Parts: sequence; structure tokens; C-alpha cells
Amino acid sequence: MVKDNVIEVCGLTKRFGAFTAVDGISFAVARGEIFGFLGANGAGKTTAMRMLCGLSYPTDGRGSVAGYDVMTQGEQIKRYIGYMSQRFSLYEELTVKENMELFGGIYGMRRSEIRHRTDELLQQIEFAAHAGERVGRLPLGWRQKLAFMVAMIHKPEIVFLDEPTGGVDPITRRQFWTLIRHAATAGTTIFVTTHYMDEAAFCDRVSIMVDGRIKALDTPASLMQQMQARNMNEVFVKLCR
Amino acid sequence: MRRLGFLIRKEFISFRRNKFLPRLIFVFPIVIMLIVPLVSNMEVRGVRVAVVDEDDSQMSHVIVSHIEACSSLSIVLMGQSYREALSSLEQGRVDVIVSLPPDMERLLMNGLLPKIRIDANSVNSTKSAIGTQYVVAAITSGIAEMGVIAMAADMARITSVRYFYNETLDYRHYMIPAFIIIIVLLVCCFIPALNLVSEKEKGTIEQINVTPVTRMEFTLSKLIPYWLIGIVVLTEAILTVGVVYGLWPTGSVGAIYLAAMLFAFAMSGFAIAVANISDTMQQCIFVLFFFIMLFMLMSGLLTPLSSMPQWAQWLTVMFPPRWFVQIMRAVYLRGTTIAELSSAYWALTALAMSFGVLAAVSYRKQS
Repeated sequence: MVKDNVIEVCGLTKRFGAFTAVDGISFAVARGEIFGFLGANGAGKTTAMRMLCGLSYPTDGRGSVAGYDVMTQGEQIKRYIGYMSQRFSLYEELTVKENMELFGGIYGMRRSEIRHRTDELLQQIEFAAHAGERVGRLPLGWRQKLAFMVAMIHKPEIVFLDEPTGGVDPITRRQFWTLIRHAATAGTTIFVTTHYMDEAAFCDRVSIMVDGRIKALDTPASLMQQMQARNMNEVFVKLCR
Repeated sequence: MRRLGFLIRKEFISFRRNKFLPRLIFVFPIVIMLIVPLVSNMEVRGVRVAVVDEDDSQMSHVIVSHIEACSSLSIVLMGQSYREALSSLEQGRVDVIVSLPPDMERLLMNGLLPKIRIDANSVNSTKSAIGTQYVVAAITSGIAEMGVIAMAADMARITSVRYFYNETLDYRHYMIPAFIIIIVLLVCCFIPALNLVSEKEKGTIEQINVTPVTRMEFTLSKLIPYWLIGIVVLTEAILTVGVVYGLWPTGSVGAIYLAAMLFAFAMSGFAIAVANISDTMQQCIFVLFFFIMLFMLMSGLLTPLSSMPQWAQWLTVMFPPRWFVQIMRAVYLRGTTIAELSSAYWALTALAMSFGVLAAVSYRKQS
């Protein structure tokens, strides 16, 4: 297999004053991979992800996303990535379709292209009938699926999902992971954080962060083997303790 | 720039679906222009006068009748005891005391000059100064009527005053352009700034920050819609003032709109810059309020620029309202042209561009 990494990170660090949120992490993510980025609350996952998305400058270290440097080429990176924040951040007063149009337009897509892509994405989540509804009135599960679809509107190379299934019911969670798998099969790299260890098992590889550092990085199966654990939950508890 | 179209469209949809803002924009300028010009009045009326008439002569009665005839003065105390009048003044029941001395008429008849004493409570300096002037005028005209001093009679005859531009000496006319400015100022500062900070608080700005939108595009998408709203508000205020008070701009409407467009752009650029550096709504409101206070007090809106210390006058060069006030009063009341005010227009243009750039530069997509 030819190594084609879309994310490469070496010694990436972020300090806020005396506090080191991310402490020299290094890893690489291959194209089309589902990469699980796990860790306890406050371990530094969101901070690391924000650096990769060009929202936050690293204090130290190097990193490239889609071939561009995270320190100096943040704006280039932004053309090739999709991002779904932990906080719901679509415009609530706009309808489903209007949000799609807005973000499609921002990514420089043509109107006909946006229309076509919107239909395609809404069909995928079986939501075409609700295209005219205001986003603020939708239940959480729908909002999350929609936010994912908006992040996919411009067919990004990499999608960053920050706890996309937080607070979502088990059925919607399973649907969500079907969507993720579908996107990965189509060639999009998925970079996802989660607290649910059953979800970690769906990832190709997972990293586990503890206090700003990556403590483990491998496929779920070999991590379970190494740690002599029956499931990912045990792996997580053993590492974080 | 195609992106800008999408962003502006979003601003208009959000504005239209907002429950509060469209109503505010429609009602606020009209209500303010209906109420504020009526209640804010610097004219001095109802000055309470105590007369201590120790002379009790024909002359003193004529003077009293002249004081009574003055619509701004009202005699609340007549007597012969100065002490009684003074205690009334100390208790705040009287503003001005006029003491007519015992042999006033006799002295005047003999061509001598009696001392007529006037005491005034000058806590409110404007009221005491103007009230005293009214009293002096009433006394002079009373003496003149008696024809005792040729000079006094001549004084009344030889001076004549003609008032230009505001013939009725209506303070309202002087202040109406200022109130229009205040409305445009408030709308153009608060609405865009609070809109931007609310995007920060809701987190929607983060979704924008991970896109390749440029800082200029995003900033313009916040400036342009509120700039148009500023123009709408101005139009409402001008129409209300014209219909209700009959005050229409003397100069060209184009001159007013050109100045207003520059002013609105400068103010919303300034407000967006403040919003960019604010993390919360409270912070943003307090910083804006601080500057709005300075703008209101230091731009010649309420008190003349020329009476401020020199350093303060220099400082106001950076205040957009200073130039807009100058233009609005000149164009509205005197009909001055753009060419005559070119320096003020250039200053506003420079400030509009500077604040626009400041707004774009202070916006950070990456922290």
C-alpha cells in the first residue's frame, strides 16, 4: 500500500500561559481512514483538532493537513476540510436548505452545483422533505446529522468531527456511523473524537490522549490485545487511570 | 466576491426573521423624533422673581408691570423686606430678587443714578444668566417708558437684532439634526456589534472561521446590511421631522445622504472592531457605551466644540460624529453645499475607510 498521509503531525504543542493543553503529539492519518481521536474530558482533543483546522496557532511543533502547513497555511487548509464543532453551529434562523446554500456559496460552489449536492446529501439522511424547515426547530439528532452533511457539502478531503454523537440516542448514533462509513468509502478521511468506546471499535485506528499526550495509537483490535482487555472500554480505563 | 453575496443574503434573511429588530428599526426613529424634540428645550422659562419695592413710587410700579409683562418671568413675591426675599431665595422658592431702593424715583428724576440690586441663584448658571438679562431688560424698558433717562430710551431705539437661519429662535430646530445623528449613531453602532458578538456566543462564527472566507468578505457582510439600515433610519427620521415639525432640509438632500452614508459606514466599522475584540455581550456593550458617551459629549452635539479646551478639540478630529454634526447643521439649517464643507466630507471619508480597515484587521480567524 502506497503511503498517502493527509494529516502528518510532529511534536504539535499548544500552551495557554503556564498550562500545556497539547504536549508534543505526533501521528499520521492516511487518506480514506477513519481515525478515532479519543481521550477523557479536558485531555486536549478539541485543542489539537482546532490547530489542525487552522482555528488555533500551534505554540510549537509541525503539522500538515491536506499538504499545507498548519502554522502558516491555515487558510489553504480550510478549502479542503470540513468541520463539525462540538457546539451546534449552523444558523438556527435559516432553513436546512438555506444553510446548505450559504456554506456551499462560501466554499465557492455554483448555485446549480449546490442544489444538486444538497439534494444528494439530504437524500442520504432521508431528510429531503424537511429542506424548508428552520434548523433551530429540529431535534438534536437531526441537527447533528445535518451539521455533518453541511460539513460535507464541498466534498472535502478530510472531515473533522468533534464529538458528533454527544447526547444523541443509540439509533441515531448507529445511523450516524453508517454515514461516516459511507463518507470514508467514498474517499473522505474522517477524523473523529468521541466518548463512546463502542464507537471506537468502528474506527480503523484510534489514538488515546491523556493529559495532552498520546498514550496509545493502533487499531482497536491490537490495542485490546496489547492491554489484555475484552473491549475498548477496558483499554480506555486502563490507560487513563 | 461571489461569497460576499451569499453572506449578505444570510444577513438579510436573519434580520427579516428576527422578532425584534425589524420592529425596532421601524418604530424607534419615529418615536424618538416625535418625543425628544418636544421635551428637550434649553429655553429659560418661568424664572421666579421676588420684588423688594422700598420705593413704592409710580416709577417702581411701572418697572414691576414691565417685569410682569415678560412671559418668561413670574413675580412670586412682592414686599418691602429684603431679608424675607433672601430667605425665599435660600429656600429655593425664588430665582431672582430685584431690590428697588427707597429714593429711586427721586434720584432718577434729578438725573442721578440709583443702585438697583439684582440677586440671582446661579446654581443653574444658564437660567440665572438669562433670567437676570430678562429682568434687566424689563427694568430698562420701564425706566425708558417714564422717559427719565434719555440714554435708556435711546438704547432701546438704536439697537435692533435680526436672527438668521432660525428666525423663531427655536432651540428645537438647532437640536433636531443632532437627534437625527444620535439615532443613526445608536443604530449603526449597536446593531452590527451585537449581531457579531451573538455569533461568537452562539458559536456560529467558528463554522465561518473554518471556511476559506476572507476577513474582508466577512467584515463587509456585517457592514453593508447595517449601513443600508442606517440609511433607512435616516430617511424615517427626516420624514417624521418634516411632517411633524415642518422642518425640511434647507440644503440638498443628496449632501445629507452622502454624509450619512460615510458616517454610518465609519460608525459600524468602529462598532465591528469593538465587537471583534469583545468576547461577551456585556463587554461589547460597555466598551461601546463608553465611546458613545464620548461621541455624544465631545462632538458638538449638545455643547459647542469651540468651548472645549484646545487638546479636546484636536481629539475630536478622530470622532466621526463631530464632522457629521457640522455637516448636518450646516446643510439642514443653512443650506450649505458639499463644496463649502469639503474638508468635513474628506475627514468623514478618511474615517470611514480607516474604521473599515480596522474592522477587517481586528477580525481574527485563527487565534
